[in-house]
Amino acid sequence: MNGVETRTNYLNAEYGLLSWLLTRDHKRIAILYLVSVTIMFAIGGLFAAAVRLELLTPQGDLLAADTYNKMFSMHGIIMVFFFLLPAIPATLGNFLIPMMIGARDLAFPRINLLSWYLYVIGALFTLYAMVTGGVDTGWTFYTPFSTTASNTNVVPTAIGIFINGFSGILTGLNFIVTIHRMRAPGLTWFRLPLFVWAHYATSLIQVLGTPVLAITLVMVALERAFHFGIFDPAYGGDPLLFQHLFWFYSHPAVYIMILPAMGVISELVTCFSRKSIFGYSFVALSSVAIAVLGFLVWAHHMFVTGMSVYAAMIFSFISFGVAIPSAVKVFNWTATLYKGSISYSAPMLYALGFIGLFTIGGLTGLFLATLGVDVHVTDTYFVVAHFHYVMVGGTIMAYLGGLHFWWPKITGRLYPEIWARISAAIVFLGFNLTFFPQFILGYLGMPRRYHVYPDEFQVLNVLSTAGASILGVGYLLPFIYLGWSMRYGALAPANPWGATGLEWETPSPPPTENFETPPVVTRPAYAYDLEEVTVG
Amino acid sequence: MASNFALFPERASTVAGEVDALYLFLVAVSGFFAVLIAALVVVFAIKYRRRAEDERPQAIHGSLALELAWTIIPFGLAMVMFFWGAKVYITLAVPPPNAMEVFVVGKQWMWKLQHLEGKREINELHVPVGQPIKLTMTSEDVIHSFYVPAFRIKQDAIPGRYTTAWFEPTKVGTYHLFCAEYCGTEHAKMIGRIVVMEPAEYQAWLAGTATTAVAAVPAAKPEDQQAAMAAAGAELFQKLGCVSCHRAQAGALGPSLAGLFGHNVALQDGSTVVADEDYIRESILNPQAKIVAGYQPIMPTFKGLVNEEQLMQLIAYIKTGKAGTETQ
Repeated sequence: MNGVETRTNYLNAEYGLLSWLLTRDHKRIAILYLVSVTIMFAIGGLFAAAVRLELLTPQGDLLAADTYNKMFSMHGIIMVFFFLLPAIPATLGNFLIPMMIGARDLAFPRINLLSWYLYVIGALFTLYAMVTGGVDTGWTFYTPFSTTASNTNVVPTAIGIFINGFSGILTGLNFIVTIHRMRAPGLTWFRLPLFVWAHYATSLIQVLGTPVLAITLVMVALERAFHFGIFDPAYGGDPLLFQHLFWFYSHPAVYIMILPAMGVISELVTCFSRKSIFGYSFVALSSVAIAVLGFLVWAHHMFVTGMSVYAAMIFSFISFGVAIPSAVKVFNWTATLYKGSISYSAPMLYALGFIGLFTIGGLTGLFLATLGVDVHVTDTYFVVAHFHYVMVGGTIMAYLGGLHFWWPKITGRLYPEIWARISAAIVFLGFNLTFFPQFILGYLGMPRRYHVYPDEFQVLNVLSTAGASILGVGYLLPFIYLGWSMRYGALAPANPWGATGLEWETPSPPPTENFETPPVVTRPAYAYDLEEVTVG
Repeated sequence: MASNFALFPERASTVAGEVDALYLFLVAVSGFFAVLIAALVVVFAIKYRRRAEDERPQAIHGSLALELAWTIIPFGLAMVMFFWGAKVYITLAVPPPNAMEVFVVGKQWMWKLQHLEGKREINELHVPVGQPIKLTMTSEDVIHSFYVPAFRIKQDAIPGRYTTAWFEPTKVGTYHLFCAEYCGTEHAKMIGRIVVMEPAEYQAWLAGTATTAVAAVPAAKPEDQQAAMAAAGAELFQKLGCVSCHRAQAGALGPSLAGLFGHNVALQDGSTVVADEDYIRESILNPQAKIVAGYQPIMPTFKGLVNEEQLMQLIAYIKTGKAGTETQ
């Protein structure tokens, strides 16, 4: 051990598989989530690779039509429900929120463990549905296709998502109670790190929105099994009712993915420019504004369903409204850089990449909110490109950036900086090459979910597939060098970045009880100008 | 749809230009902001790069004026997009009164199209250039979506209801017709084409003669086309026995349908409903739903007895205003 004294920390406090499976330590549960979401990301990524390979040529020469349909369905279902939604809250949020507010654990440690088990059971159900025949409805389960026409494993998949939904609800509930009740003395609401604000807003959506999805999936299962006549007009139901219920959850769900990402970015941008965030309260409250307005825009997914012109106009109007707080955040991050002391460390490269991708994703959202243009581009690759920029570009850049930033804190080890910078660059370039051509494909008119397509779309599809292979390399690299660092990386000091925030005031990795003495807060968040330079 | 590579889609309808103008405006505005933010990030990142490990820049906590500026200016631009987009959407939603009607039925996995005069096509629609076409569509099974990129129109075809769309082709040619809503295994192969022809050629095509023999065929008036579609409906009206109850005669078991279409109908429960396509369709398939005041709820359902195309023929017949007056 080179003479380094090994302190007791959460990693070595106990040993053995059971000590992990029965743990109530939020940090260990975060690690359990980290392992699980990584596995699901790998599975979802393999499906994405299959989809992109098939689209290399206009003919369906690699996969049969129904295989292709199952591939993109499972890709969407796994990535949305089992990776993008839990990635940041369940791993980074779980690990950091108690530490950031100076608490010993979450308010309900046992419920926290339960929510991981629900996630795993949900994931296993979905994987079971996948290996026993798959599902071909897309992740959106539109009726009456999903209730009547599809002869695949819709019900087991729905049960998997239903169970997993409770995982999200319980995590959200835990965060809300923890943030309300367990803040350290002196840590007022407007001294909270923006990461905590973002998770607070996210948790509100999880608790209020997820039950609607759960109920909707139960209705799909009932209709499939007993022909209840909720959604299928053949039994007296309304096919559009499903879309209203589904998007009532699933539009806000986008913000479950992107709000925590924004929280991460606020931490990274301030730390690596050594600046207080520009307009703290605007950034904090814009998270809440996004969460609230996000509930009022769901029908902008339905502008071509024949809804009334007046309803369409209202949903279009509010959709523009929700764009404003998102724009405010981008402007504030940019302004934070002004007159800073900017370091190009790997997490910062990811953060700057996030700003780029999220800006493109957000601006193209305006095209979809604009009624006359949405008619042409909805259900085309334009939409595919847009939501990948926001949900995948945004969430994964922030997730990787955050993972690198807090990796020394989580594992007590440093990773090789140069490889991290290279992978950040590869991910950014690969991502743009994959998805930017899809905007053009979409405006040209290529519909989504096609496994064969007219010849004139091929050039752009080849570019996109080429980008996807580069992106795949970018995702694989961190997996290798972060894994390497766990064994061979240099030991990390408590605060390798010279960051503010309570989580940096405790050793890396933290002791089980997080803090040796309960902290007291006397400063606002991001008081970089008041800190002495204490790297290490 | 010929060329092998393009960066901008063909523009072949009257609304395509309007949609493109708005699209290019959006590209310009979002391009400006994307470049602005990228430039600021890059310039700041270079200009203010860390020069010494112990550097501590002065904190700047914010500026209300700036926050207001970058809230209000984007909001103003968003409102321009909103109103412009709404205007185009309304244009897309309201067909011109002189539009020629075509009925569209989506079915896994084909488009069934029927001209008013009775001519049917599968996965192909022939239309004359310069003539507004109104599409009335529904689906026999799951949700489909009628999408013609060159016309910039898209409309879902939904089982159990009717939706409409319209376009006026401006260029002779052949254009993709896609299904844009995922509808099952062969979704990607639910592709058809729209053939836009010179009016004379179109008439020749309608008459079933070769496309080369143009001149002599007299242009069929829309009224004649309507009559042909309605004639099929009239036949059904007899065959299904509708006429035995729905007749313009005192003491008939059902209300007369003569002159019904488009007018208000007083219902049993005191409310009123407009007799449009959806109401008539519902009354055929689920007669107990909205009983006309003064009549008994005795009509049987015709669900399963008539398919979507026959429903459209019946509606076309009822639209003539003569339903139930021309008994045998």
